[in-house]
Amino acid sequence: MDKLIYLDNAATTKTAPEVVQAMLPYFTEYYGNASTIYDFAGKSKEAIMQARTQIADVIGAKKEEIYFTAGGSESDNWALKAAFEAYKSKGNHIITSKIEHHAILHTCEYLEKERGARVTYLDVDENGFISLEDLEKAITPETILISIMFANNEIGTIEPVREIGRIAKEHGVLFHTDAVQAFGQVPINVDEMNIDMLSSSGHKINGPKGIGFLYIRKGVKIRSFVHGGAQERKRRAGTENIPGIVGYGVAAQRAQETMEKRSAEEIRLRDHLIGRILKEIPYSRLNGDAVKRLPNNVNVSLQFIEGESMLLMLDRYGICASSGSACTSGSLDPSHVLMAIGLPHEIAHGSLRMTLSEETTLEEIDFVVDRLKEIVDRLRSMSPLYEDFMKKQK
Amino acid sequence: MYSEKVIDHFTNPRNVGEIEDASGVGTVGNAKCGDIMRMFLDIDDETHIIKDCKFKTFGCGAAVATSSMATELVKGKTIEEALQVTNKAVMEALDGLPPVKIHCSLLAEEAIHAALWDYAEKHDIKIEGLKKPKNDISEGEEEEDY
Repeated sequence: MDKLIYLDNAATTKTAPEVVQAMLPYFTEYYGNASTIYDFAGKSKEAIMQARTQIADVIGAKKEEIYFTAGGSESDNWALKAAFEAYKSKGNHIITSKIEHHAILHTCEYLEKERGARVTYLDVDENGFISLEDLEKAITPETILISIMFANNEIGTIEPVREIGRIAKEHGVLFHTDAVQAFGQVPINVDEMNIDMLSSSGHKINGPKGIGFLYIRKGVKIRSFVHGGAQERKRRAGTENIPGIVGYGVAAQRAQETMEKRSAEEIRLRDHLIGRILKEIPYSRLNGDAVKRLPNNVNVSLQFIEGESMLLMLDRYGICASSGSACTSGSLDPSHVLMAIGLPHEIAHGSLRMTLSEETTLEEIDFVVDRLKEIVDRLRSMSPLYEDFMKKQK
Repeated sequence: MYSEKVIDHFTNPRNVGEIEDASGVGTVGNAKCGDIMRMFLDIDDETHIIKDCKFKTFGCGAAVATSSMATELVKGKTIEEALQVTNKAVMEALDGLPPVKIHCSLLAEEAIHAALWDYAEKHDIKIEGLKKPKNDISEGEEEEDY
């Protein structure tokens, strides 16, 4: 097999051809600025409105509650910083978890350091779930915001969002969820789940890069993030990224329409991949929950070997994957998510994440497992940890 | 991110394995930082020439490549000459390393020193200029901010 096998769809996805087609006219034909009054710009205004509706429909929101941003990180920053500003007279306490994306964690650290926030970082269990009991116990009269991710980007665990929403509502606390990995992948309804704010990003669902949205429930007080013009109901200034918005709308609608069939197929391939690895590679383990996990997420640890060397070897076969090892995190520590679920360092260093897409085939999965087995054998044969372990076994 | 030489030494590492009844064995690094190197030396007791050198490494591409290159650089040299093989020499021989991977080359230098130290202890000799190796080079190393 001499082609690309792309198994890093949690990092980014291929922009769908129909998404690109939908975007193209908004570069050269309908390039008008939506803030102008002449007829020519009418197409631009309509296009934004349509995309807003397409996206709102996916999560059961109203179109006025969708605010376009430049992506997931901006949405997370906005939700936390601006909600803190708006509600700090009520209290300064935020509750989040230890396995959030850095867009949440580093924003929380900033709010603690610079803005006087007090943040509780909830522990997670060995599968990556927060405890609802811990959450409820952490709420104080000072608590203004709970921010818990919908599904984890590394280990794929889907948090009990509905229950978190119920608890937040009972205590009159705002609930924000980072749904960058979940939007368009699993069913979401902001009313049924009592979600007040939700972040999402276009390029994770076969949409374009550089576009995201923050859902803000009507009635939630939140400050503007970018000051300037009157775009996005005066809450996020700047001329709209209309091609991006159009592409995002089409991608969202497409993701919603194909969700049921796509996720059933992804789950079948995912479980085949997990099953073969656990059965055929000794000293391997699954990270994250086996059932309550994203349909396309596989995260395993292969003991006694290090993630980056695995990735380099896979790359030689055209297989794109990722790892939570220190060498891929840009620091000396392995991924904070793998540490939070209690993995010892050497097992966290040997993690391998493979995230499937609708285009992934059974043939590709089998090819990957066959190559992975060879790679693991080879790296173990040169691993002093494996040598020591085998000597102890004798 | 890696030079061709690094990729070459990673994909076709030289001198992987163990030496049975090696004259000196040194293990450095720890699982916490994600790199462990073990060097085996076969040294001629009379001439002090390193006749053979092998390694086993748990770590990233740079860790494997620096181990491989270090074994190549010390093989056939005397102990005194091997002590001159610094992390810079290993890096230069590999056409450089990304800044975050420099510690791998330090680890490779340290692994050679650890194996020589083991040899010296076993033979109750003193090797001029050889300090007792730290087995964890990441200690005291400042973590950089990115």
